[in-house]
Amino acid sequence: MSAEIIPLLTKALGETIYMVIISMAVASIIGIPLGVLLHTTDKGQILENVAINQTVGSVVNAVRSIPFIILMVAIIPLTRFIVGSAIGTTAAIVPLVIASIPFIGRQVETSLKEIPAGLVEAALSMGATPTQIITKVLLPEAMPGIVSQLTTVIITLVGESAMAGAIGGGGLGDLAIRYGYQRFRPEVMLATVIILIVLVQLVQFLGNTLSKRLNKK
Amino acid sequence: MIKLSHIEKIYNSPEGSVHALKGIDLEIKKGEIYGIIGLSGAGKSTLVRCINMLERPTSGEVFVDGKDMTKLSESELRDARKNIGMIFQHFNLLSSATVYENVAFPLTLSKTPAEEIEKKVRPLLALVGLQDKANQYPAQLSGGQKQRVGIARALASDPKILLCDEATSALDPQTTKSILDLIKVINENLSLTVVVITHEMQVIKEICDKVAVISDGVIAEKGSVLKVFTNPQHKITKEFISVLLSNELPAAFRGNEISAEKTHGSLLLLRLIFLGDKADDPVLAEMIRTCSGVECTMLFGNLDEIHGVPFGRFIIGLSGEENSVQNALKFLSTKDVRVEVIGYVRRNNSAFD
Repeated sequence: MSAEIIPLLTKALGETIYMVIISMAVASIIGIPLGVLLHTTDKGQILENVAINQTVGSVVNAVRSIPFIILMVAIIPLTRFIVGSAIGTTAAIVPLVIASIPFIGRQVETSLKEIPAGLVEAALSMGATPTQIITKVLLPEAMPGIVSQLTTVIITLVGESAMAGAIGGGGLGDLAIRYGYQRFRPEVMLATVIILIVLVQLVQFLGNTLSKRLNKK
Repeated sequence: MIKLSHIEKIYNSPEGSVHALKGIDLEIKKGEIYGIIGLSGAGKSTLVRCINMLERPTSGEVFVDGKDMTKLSESELRDARKNIGMIFQHFNLLSSATVYENVAFPLTLSKTPAEEIEKKVRPLLALVGLQDKANQYPAQLSGGQKQRVGIARALASDPKILLCDEATSALDPQTTKSILDLIKVINENLSLTVVVITHEMQVIKEICDKVAVISDGVIAEKGSVLKVFTNPQHKITKEFISVLLSNELPAAFRGNEISAEKTHGSLLLLRLIFLGDKADDPVLAEMIRTCSGVECTMLFGNLDEIHGVPFGRFIIGLSGEENSVQNALKFLSTKDVRVEVIGYVRRNNSAFD
């Protein structure tokens, strides 16, 4: 592999990491509370509200049913409105965030459902407010599960960010398509695939380690 | 301290409604250990949850320390709940928090400063015998230790009432004993009112002063444990007690026909119950001395103690001339002993084969 390719790879890797980290951070800020909302408004939970639960649940399902590649194109006007352009690494973050929010919401909801109802009951019996139950019981207890679930989301984001790259977002996906595919440079294709594999392995390893460390069961 | 009047609880679901509690009246005095026993599905867990409003009764009133819990606002209710500690069958400890943090949890909820929490939690850990486990996580503890954490946590907010929901049902008999002893100590030292929900008569016998037997959403029977144990009225109560105190005839008579009339070779079987100091009186010896012509065979005997009151149960067989036997019965009826005539039963010869 020629030396000129190395800076291209590092730049592309940097762009991928940038897209994933920013998208993940923004999506988590919205997605985690969304998951809490989905769980706590469900039947029999502390903030039971069937109307909110079903409305939010339907929106979440609707967004999740759109394939990422279509979502990305469909929201170009929105992306333009927020970022000022529909092309570039930062622009790619908008569809990545929108696709990840409902995904994180459902993943967090799943983790919260695992918590025995007795724990919430015990907290209620001690006079805990709904906010205290969320911050001091549900989230800390579900943390190992949430970390594992978010690891899955990050890995999905790595894949989606490569896809976003294909429409001018930069990153490893973009590099693989432009050099590896369009310029017939199989070694670039191979290199990006290897980097992606290593990246995903690393994320999974870190996620597992953190989840295990948090789990006191 | 706790007064429940006309508590009804109806659960409505698409499959139909379930009438879980059908007009419960109950009064629990300060410092008492009150047991509520029932089979699963009898409504006892629902009932105890009505005391701290984890379950809201469909109708009726719940007075705790003079306040009608059903009329409190959400925030008043949260404050009122701090007066009522609760422990659970499955402990319900935070798995992500250490023993210390679990016990401190109610204090954290009410935003108590860390130094005050420390001053409160350390003695509680000592009280339940877990000083050296403060930094361990619940998963590292045994069932009994977990329940001790549960008890310490329930006591952290200085409650006046402790609700125990099947607190020993997931524990082995020895651990059960030690947890019950601990509850008793707490009841005495902190003059705490304790409500114990259980399906085990042993638990009632060990620590309760009073008991209510709940069956199918109603209280079948209630009163002092001594009274209910020695003179159960309701079928369900008798069943609960029979687990501890067998009501079966001795093997040599079991399965044979019981008749009201004397038949050849039969004995008149009597069940005798002695209570209190009378359990020590030499009633039978006196009977044999004064009622000549009567033979007395001791078939079963058991001396137990409920709250320090001796409680003896015997089955004797009387034989001899019919008028001597009747004489003996008359003699017993003048004495301070409860006599239940079982009837004339023949001895089962095969028992001696």
